[in-house]
Amino acid sequence: MAAKRKPKLAVWKFASCDGCQLSLLDCEDELLAVTDAIEIANFPEASRAIIKGPYDLSLVEGSITTSHDAERIHQVRRMSKYLVTIGACATSGGIQALRNFQDVKQFVAYVYPNPDYISTLSKSTPIADHVFVDYELRGCPINKYHLVEVINAFLNGRRPNTPQHSVCVECKWRGTVCVMVAQGIPCMGPVTQAGCGAICPAYQRGCYSCFGPAESPNAASLAHWFQHLGMSETQIMHAFRGINAYAESFRRESEAHEN
Amino acid sequence: MKTSTIKVPYLARVEGEGGLYIKLKGNEVTDVQLRIFEPPRFFEAFLLGRNYSEVPDITARICGICPVAYQMSSVHALEDAFGLTLDTPLRALRRLLYCGEWIESHVLHFAMLHAPDFLGYEDAMQMAKDHPEIVTSALKLKKAGNAIVTLVGGREIHPINIRVGGFYRVPTRRELHNKLKEQLEVAREIAIVAARWTASLPCPDFERDYEYVALSHPDEYPYNEGRLISNKGLDIAVQEYPNFFTEEHVAHSTSLHSVIKSRGAYHVGPLARYTLNYAKLTPLVKEVVHEIGMGPTCYNPFKSIVVRALETLYACDEALRIIAEYQMPERPAVPVEVRAGTGHGCSEAPRGILYHRYRVGEAGEILDARIIPPTSQNQKTIEQDLWQFVSSRMNLPEDKLTWQCEQVIRNYDPCISCSTHYLKLSIEQE
Ligand code: SF4
Ligand code: SF4
Repeated sequence: MAAKRKPKLAVWKFASCDGCQLSLLDCEDELLAVTDAIEIANFPEASRAIIKGPYDLSLVEGSITTSHDAERIHQVRRMSKYLVTIGACATSGGIQALRNFQDVKQFVAYVYPNPDYISTLSKSTPIADHVFVDYELRGCPINKYHLVEVINAFLNGRRPNTPQHSVCVECKWRGTVCVMVAQGIPCMGPVTQAGCGAICPAYQRGCYSCFGPAESPNAASLAHWFQHLGMSETQIMHAFRGINAYAESFRRESEAHEN
Repeated sequence: MKTSTIKVPYLARVEGEGGLYIKLKGNEVTDVQLRIFEPPRFFEAFLLGRNYSEVPDITARICGICPVAYQMSSVHALEDAFGLTLDTPLRALRRLLYCGEWIESHVLHFAMLHAPDFLGYEDAMQMAKDHPEIVTSALKLKKAGNAIVTLVGGREIHPINIRVGGFYRVPTRRELHNKLKEQLEVAREIAIVAARWTASLPCPDFERDYEYVALSHPDEYPYNEGRLISNKGLDIAVQEYPNFFTEEHVAHSTSLHSVIKSRGAYHVGPLARYTLNYAKLTPLVKEVVHEIGMGPTCYNPFKSIVVRALETLYACDEALRIIAEYQMPERPAVPVEVRAGTGHGCSEAPRGILYHRYRVGEAGEILDARIIPPTSQNQKTIEQDLWQFVSSRMNLPEDKLTWQCEQVIRNYDPCISCSTHYLKLSIEQE
């Protein structure tokens, strides 16, 4: 009997910092086991070998910011059985979506002496705005153990098991005293999807929502708390307009505090 | 004349995306362009109006491979603007954090991305089949770097614990000893073996008379502080950077090229740091240097793989020293007194000097920001290396030449994300 074909994995990059795909290389203990079970068919950051598609699983990092990339993502989708987006850039447009609130031409002119050399779209948008996405893994960066879980799940034909509650729940599990209640430190934990393990409060600071909005977050109520804590409208706007600024619920809330 | 093109649509094993274009007339190179088509992300523009305290969390996102460097240059620039001096133990803790990032980043590059070139493997996974012990021990070494950044920074990618004035939370002496010491002692031994191994790799004969630029500090191998010096007479305070360096914007790149005014290209990174600061390395590192027969200077860019291994060894040694001498700081951060002004910061990212400048308003809002990453500083030098390299190797078969050009670029570990804020090799016969 012929040996079972190893499933093919591809990693794609759009506008991003490479941090999410680096998470795969950061799985020191799991990396060689993973590469035994699957064929890394396209991962330019790690290998010059490129094996042609179609691929069983594509991991997509980064957001769409150029017309070239808006076309490329469709090619990636066509070559992939499953497509999983990894990280805030791919799932919400990322930090570079801060341009979406301003005139991008001014941004180009501010950073580059010859703006004519730069071609870019006016908005940074998540992958799901362009193609069907099978699963989204949040975080800036993603949690590497969740990545291993997602790869495992898809290659075994089951649904991944990643947390869906808020960061507050993780603080309780970890035994961290609430920094907002006890110290009055503004914290985005109540509206942020769990997954990081509630790192920031454990380090005595408020969450800045690098994992983005939890399911049906009550952003307005949290903004109200922030007002009680003495935050200005601009500060509240900035709190919601961070790494996941273009995620629907955060976008609406930040716009409510524009002055 | 005959026309031919060689195309490599993506330069692998470089973080980010870029392309290389070489034009030939017969056997003569007529143009070399390192093209960067990474989509621009406009960090400097969206920092405007944000509060100074948000800056290190934002700039970290420029690069997932060296977020600590971005955070360090940011906070030092802002501390310069506010006239803030850090308590000694806080300063030591920042150094420790940086040791962690050097280990992570250097090992990723020399063992996983660069070494396969020297041995003719397409990647580390293939190399692991023939040399499993090398890859497994490198992963172990890298893990020790991750452990430092995770403990001191909160997590290995985009640490959350860095703030202007210091940290949010500082570790106890016991945490550092229990969680890091033993692992780092093992890592230091692995680093010695790794340095010997990199020195044994077949290395092309190639040297250039570079202008090396690095930070220099009177007492220590540079991380966060010092004067900017070169082997060709530059010796300036970090604040004078804009007077001596300038950026050019070329059509083939979304990254700006830096040059020294009136002189041109220069070279930053491990080779520059090593050549300019050899005396500051620890006795253990120097012992290994003698054993492997390296001198105190190095002008062969392919040898950067050895220097990265040596700097990894240094980082392990230095981290262990810091941990041994660590006293828990009385406070996690020095209080910030906001004032309007301009501040400059420069730190030694794994790939070389990373300069940040911010103008801050009275309420602590950012009014102007400039970030100059190492890769954009090296870009012109990489093009010049390629020019000389290709000229003497026109007899090589195309696929071999293509691979070697990739290797020339990978000598610099160019973190393309950083400098655009993709690589495609095309060799064209005119
Ligand atoms: S989500 Fe964050 S860590 Fe991931 S690629 Fe984007 S900026 Fe980097
Ligand atoms: S606590 Fe919030 S900001 Fe901090 S790592 Fe977790 S999700 Fe990100």
